Amino acid sequence: MSSMYQQVMQAMVPIAPEIVLITVGLMVLILDFIVPKEKKNVLGWISLLGLAGAAVATYKMMGIDLMFFSGTFHLDPFSTFFKFVFYTACGLGILLSINYLNIEDIRRGEYYALMLFATTGMMLMASAGDLITLYLGLELMALSVYILAGFMRQDNRSNEAAIKYLVLGAFSSGIMVYGMSLLYGLAGTTNLTGILSFLRGADLANPIIFLAMIMLVVSFGFKVAAAPFHMWVPDVYEGAPTSVTAFMSAGPKVAGFAVLLRVFLYALEPLHAHITTIIAGLAVLTMAVGNILALSQTNIKRMLAYSSIAHAGYALVGLAAGGPEGAASVMLYVCIYAVMNMGAFGVVIMLRRAGERGEEIADFSGLGKTHKTAAFLMLIFMFSLTGIPPLAGFVGKFYIFKSAIEAGLLWLAIAGVVFSAISAYFYLRVIMVMYMNEPKGSIALTTSPSLALALAISATAVIFIGVYPTDLLNYIARSSIWIR
Amino acid sequence: MLELKLCQLGYPLLSLMIFVPVLGAFLLLFVRNAAAVRWIALAFSVVEIGLCMPLLLNYDSSLAHMQFGESVKWISAWNINYTLGVDGISILFVALTTLLTTISIMVSWTAIQDRVREFMIAILFLEAAMIGVFASLDLFLFYLFWEAMLIPMYLLIGIWGGPNRLYAAVKFFLYTLVGSVLMLIAIIAVYFAAGRSFDVLAIMNHKFTLTFQFWAFAAFFAAFAVKVPMFPVHTWLPDAHVEAPTAGSIILAGILIKMGAYGFLRFSLPFFPDAAIAWTPAIMVLSVIAIIYGAYMAFAQTDFKKLIAYSSVSHMGFVTLGIFALNSQGLEGGILQMLNHGVSTGALFLAVGVIYERTHTRLIADYGGIAAKVPVYATFLLIITLSSIGLPGTNGFIGEFTILLGAFLHYKPYAVIASLGIILGAGYMLWLYQRIAFGKITNPHNEQLTDMNSREVIAALPLVALVFAIGLYPNAALRVMHASVSNLIQHVNAKVQSAPAVAQTLNTLIGN
Repeated sequence: MSSMYQQVMQAMVPIAPEIVLITVGLMVLILDFIVPKEKKNVLGWISLLGLAGAAVATYKMMGIDLMFFSGTFHLDPFSTFFKFVFYTACGLGILLSINYLNIEDIRRGEYYALMLFATTGMMLMASAGDLITLYLGLELMALSVYILAGFMRQDNRSNEAAIKYLVLGAFSSGIMVYGMSLLYGLAGTTNLTGILSFLRGADLANPIIFLAMIMLVVSFGFKVAAAPFHMWVPDVYEGAPTSVTAFMSAGPKVAGFAVLLRVFLYALEPLHAHITTIIAGLAVLTMAVGNILALSQTNIKRMLAYSSIAHAGYALVGLAAGGPEGAASVMLYVCIYAVMNMGAFGVVIMLRRAGERGEEIADFSGLGKTHKTAAFLMLIFMFSLTGIPPLAGFVGKFYIFKSAIEAGLLWLAIAGVVFSAISAYFYLRVIMVMYMNEPKGSIALTTSPSLALALAISATAVIFIGVYPTDLLNYIARSSIWIR
Repeated sequence: MLELKLCQLGYPLLSLMIFVPVLGAFLLLFVRNAAAVRWIALAFSVVEIGLCMPLLLNYDSSLAHMQFGESVKWISAWNINYTLGVDGISILFVALTTLLTTISIMVSWTAIQDRVREFMIAILFLEAAMIGVFASLDLFLFYLFWEAMLIPMYLLIGIWGGPNRLYAAVKFFLYTLVGSVLMLIAIIAVYFAAGRSFDVLAIMNHKFTLTFQFWAFAAFFAAFAVKVPMFPVHTWLPDAHVEAPTAGSIILAGILIKMGAYGFLRFSLPFFPDAAIAWTPAIMVLSVIAIIYGAYMAFAQTDFKKLIAYSSVSHMGFVTLGIFALNSQGLEGGILQMLNHGVSTGALFLAVGVIYERTHTRLIADYGGIAAKVPVYATFLLIITLSSIGLPGTNGFIGEFTILLGAFLHYKPYAVIASLGIILGAGYMLWLYQRIAFGKITNPHNEQLTDMNSREVIAALPLVALVFAIGLYPNAALRVMHASVSNLIQHVNAKVQSAPAVAQTLNTLIGN
């Protein structure tokens, strides 16, 4: 009896981090009944401890490259890398939420539990070795985030965001499952490695293969907010609680790219040459839509929503390039993007206070005079999002364009830099409003230790990676060798 | 051919020069008192000038090597190194940068009252980035400094600038950025074509295919032409100059726009000599247009600063004319003219700043007859005006004369038209001086005008000294650059391929 128990426990070791997060999430749900309303912050800190525990577990398993549960679960450097990114995104998300939720009067423990569940879903996505696991992780993530987006029940915009996200998300999931079932029908397996070996011997001109692939492109395109599947993004980002928007713009998007890399550069690798043009076209369209529509936004959350669309476009450039370099550049890009974008949302959250929404770009007027630190942080994040050295955003874009040129996609790299020059205009506008306009009345910013910590972490990372990306690059190079 | 001679001083001089201002900027974060901020910033900029001394004294001008070299592995995954070094060309601009930065801080002493700390931090960061641009011998590092410069300059114009500063700042940023990102693509392409290396000296020795050269040259040209600025991408300059605070204008005119020309010398010519030669006629035409058009526009200006801005366009036309004459006279004249223009235009903007601080108007019509009220100022302005015109005995003369000599050797018609620019230059500058200094005082406000105070005189003196020093003894500067310039010419001649092959590639590219 005890040996069987040991066997079961041993079999669970590879998913220890996921189990830790789920357990802590459930604990938070239960503790929610005990913790009084004004002390719900404690639940946030407990969730952070859970994340730290999961991170330790993942750290212990670094360097392992094995498959578990009959090939449905990869424990490899690739998934480990993404898990660290998810911990960072979720950790920053929780830090941003703690005080913000008090202001919005969202005093509910489920919030943190749902963030942990969503993170678990993303981890499953990154580790998935099988279409079923992948779908499972994706739905766990998506359902949790749908609820989070609608968390402000009294707010119409929040409700609208949740409904819109749910309906369109369900639709795209349907398309994804259809694509997966077509693949299964052809290959006779849902295992990614099995699909890879089927495709290696298959007639790639088969229109069904093409149809399945297109469906996957469309549905993943929805998840990472690539144009023309981006319609949901501005409304959902604007309506959701800002802390959720920050988390949503980083976590699920990064998870989407983890899956895109795993599926298109591994399982569907034989098809890559056929879809380069499609992905490159999507990339150009996404960069164009994101950057051009961001120009005319007056609401900072909507502007950042379009900017996040544009950044998905840059990452798609790396995906179109393909190969180990392309994959590594996407990995670097999404991880840098997650940090700098959450930092920017962190400053937006500072402007939110009781009775004042603080979401218009005009609300930033004169911040450079009245709140020097906050304005300076925003300046760093805006220049980093533009891609100006010596900040991390530049390193990320540099690698993306470098891998595109190496893959012979010079035109795509040129399109990329032109759009990123256009993007300078709307990022600069925020800086301009902060530093070059006079303050409108007195602005009181909301700060809290947790928010300050989140901002300090992201600003330090943005500067440090910008100046010395060497170690991160080497780590990513080690984590992307699975692409053959 | 070009070698990196490691720094023998026992301390990394160039790194110090880059990081001392950064350190100063960090220190300023903890200082609240505005007066203390000014003194600390000034102290750090003077330390920078001090650091120039071992640089200039230990520089061996008989060698064409890159000297004071430093090289450390930085981003090994991409084969990027932190490589620094200066030759006879860049060392002059490093020295000019330290001088003009100090002067900029001095002229901002009372002119900047709002957010002094942020202003000084921006200036010090800018100084670090500018020295970095001139000292980098790794393309990635160079690009990093090149772009990083945009941030403080954008803020200087946008925060402390004139009424229309927002427009000017954004225009400056976007123009430069669009040119720069195209260069970024070319830098990456060069990296792959040269066997995965960003090492400038290694790339200089690499022979690129002709087709590659033409495209890469065009992309680098986009970045440098905007910076110079060459006609027709010069339109950001008058706006930026007019709106920038005095310190910003001095640095912009003195250093930033020299970087475009420096880029031609350091990268475009040695990397892509065939393309450079093939493009020369077009660049000559653009240079001559800039000379004449800039001068013509200067005549029409009613704004003191805008007039100087257009005169910069005209003067920088001479620089590109000299550089692309591709002979030793043209190149040395061009480099000397870059220095001269830095000194003279820096001084002119200083002069505008001094008077603007008193009258708060830049309109030429608001002045007139002030020579009687402010004799020291009028003398200073006169010296600088004459230097800008190129009167023999001042620095401007040597530069323009040598350029025309160089251009005349190979491109007679261009040299002839360009020399018209000198006449026009004399016209608009003397007319400007006459309208400002001579005649009767027409504006009653100018009755109470006070002359330059000692701080302003101290700031102006080094520039006046340089006007005469270079004018009377240009050899001091020419000797420093001579070995490097002849090396550059030799290098270009050795690398250049046969003319018919170049012509053929060009024809296929154009589609004939």
